Amino acid sequence: MDILIQQIVSGLATGGIYASLALALVMIYQATDVVNFAQGELAMFATYVCWTLLGAGMPYWAAFLSTLVIAFAGGVVIERVIIRPVENAPILSIVMVTLGLLVICNSLAGWIWTYVQKPFPSPFSSTPFKVGNIVFGAHDLGQIQVTLLVLLCIYLFFRFTPLGLAMRAAAHNPVSSRLVGIRVGWMLALGWGLASVFGAVAGMMVAPVLTLEPNLMGGVQIYAFAAATLGGFTSPGGAVLGGFIVGVVENLVGTYVSFIGTELKFTVALAMIIVVLLVKPTGLFGSTVVKRV
Amino acid sequence: MSTSRLPRLLGLLALLAVACALPFALSNFRLFQFSQVYIYAIAILGLNMLTGYNGQFSLGHGAFYAVGAYVSAIMMDRWNVAYGWTIPVAGVLCLIIGFLFGLPALRLEGLYLALATFSLALAVPQILKYFEHWTGGSQGIVLTKPSAPFGLRLTPDQWLYFVTLAVLVLLFWLGANLLKGRVGRAIVAIRDNHIAAEAMGIDTALYKSLVFGVSAAYTGVAGALSASVIAFVAPDSFNVFLSVTLLIGSVIGGLASISGAVFGALFIQFVPNWAQDISKAAPWAIFGIFLIAFMYLMPFGIAGGIRRLWIRVAGAPVQGEGRGVSSPAHTTTRMEESS
Repeated sequence: MDILIQQIVSGLATGGIYASLALALVMIYQATDVVNFAQGELAMFATYVCWTLLGAGMPYWAAFLSTLVIAFAGGVVIERVIIRPVENAPILSIVMVTLGLLVICNSLAGWIWTYVQKPFPSPFSSTPFKVGNIVFGAHDLGQIQVTLLVLLCIYLFFRFTPLGLAMRAAAHNPVSSRLVGIRVGWMLALGWGLASVFGAVAGMMVAPVLTLEPNLMGGVQIYAFAAATLGGFTSPGGAVLGGFIVGVVENLVGTYVSFIGTELKFTVALAMIIVVLLVKPTGLFGSTVVKRV
Repeated sequence: MSTSRLPRLLGLLALLAVACALPFALSNFRLFQFSQVYIYAIAILGLNMLTGYNGQFSLGHGAFYAVGAYVSAIMMDRWNVAYGWTIPVAGVLCLIIGFLFGLPALRLEGLYLALATFSLALAVPQILKYFEHWTGGSQGIVLTKPSAPFGLRLTPDQWLYFVTLAVLVLLFWLGANLLKGRVGRAIVAIRDNHIAAEAMGIDTALYKSLVFGVSAAYTGVAGALSASVIAFVAPDSFNVFLSVTLLIGSVIGGLASISGAVFGALFIQFVPNWAQDISKAAPWAIFGIFLIAFMYLMPFGIAGGIRRLWIRVAGAPVQGEGRGVSSPAHTTTRMEESS
């Protein structure tokens, strides 16, 4: 029983990471109908930026916040410079461009920071936290708190600020939004910026666990896909919940189903995606897009 | 069509003659590279049928390539079957697997299908490593290159070049006939408007899964050929980058286009090498930049670009392969947006 609770908590911790990245994917998908295959690699790049800032002697939280600012600016610039020219191209061209971004980020990171694995510090104390017989990792708990805090901020932003409302409007109905004076193009760019902030949070939280290397986010991204699929690509809240569920399932399956372990990690994600798509293709909270023919 | 048929046929024959002369002019290494191009071209033609002509995304064709390669390698290594026999077996097996995978894929469209196939591509290396007893785990299986039969005085590389060329010509001929006729029209009709296609009596479910099967079979044959040409299979050479590369080749070459498959294959074989020459440190970054630049300059691929150029030069629209290359996913998205 103790082990079960411990595993659930650490599952929630990894789930938080999947949730952040899934949220990033869903935000871009909602606004532009495009899945950004480079999302994980952008997050990895941001994590390296943070590592460099830390190496320059910045205190952790200062580096953390500066990285978020840099990631935001980076996301906006990428949308304006790279994505905008293909905005009206066939969807497959846009997918190709994000795949191009993926290989560029991966290769550049390897070039600048080499492929050697680097330890990444955790801002939380290393002494585990005990309740009775159950031991929780401090990083796990801290990670859950950070994720929840980020989610709360983003909820408040979208729910209560005029800018958040404008962004939701632009994603929901670009034509009408333009008519009431919302600059839809810039809203999309802001969306990319915010998505890259969530990615950066996910990257900086997962790096202490996995150690930093250019292929850091490959596995995380596929689980984020699974999370977004489970929650529904059209529902941000669903994607977050999906992230937590996927994290817990992954941990429990890895612990209790002996033949899977870590070797078939991706296969579990594949199985989850396929099962969800077969049983409920729109995900738990997604809505079906009705189109006129 | 009929008036332009003769020059086209002559052009193809000239190309074939050049292709047959290449082995006697190039080094073994270059020949090996060209064999790779033909293999990629077969795989990309398979992917084109699915994604270009039928409008079903696949980011996971590397999985079928891997199945083809491993079926061939295991048959040669374990049971000493001659390589020639392993190729059709790999094709038929991939046809069945592709058909079966195509059945659940019927319920998925666009993005969701891309995701499902993408995760398939990610899972394949792990699955291959897991069945170590058959696949040799991460060490892979080392094979020997077959030598030329009938006492022909050819090096193994030259002989394999001719084998891949022959398979390429056969499969392209079959593919062109398939896509040109009644079946091909049905496939394209499903892409353009599947409701209208169904109303006209096309069994969309059957056709869609069949295209998935045939596409997988082409890719499987390509994989089987690659096992002989490289003489080595290992799980990590069938990672997700292979699937992505195949899709890149198919889009760069030109989606619904048969000749596009060859252009795409040339691109994915040679451009990474050039990128390596430009920057040893980050070749993939250069490759990525090439890719994005291509999407800006030639959104319909090389074949599409050539066709446009031809229209401009000849002053008349040419009817031919790959009409209406704009992908259906594109039109549906726009429709969703406006509703």
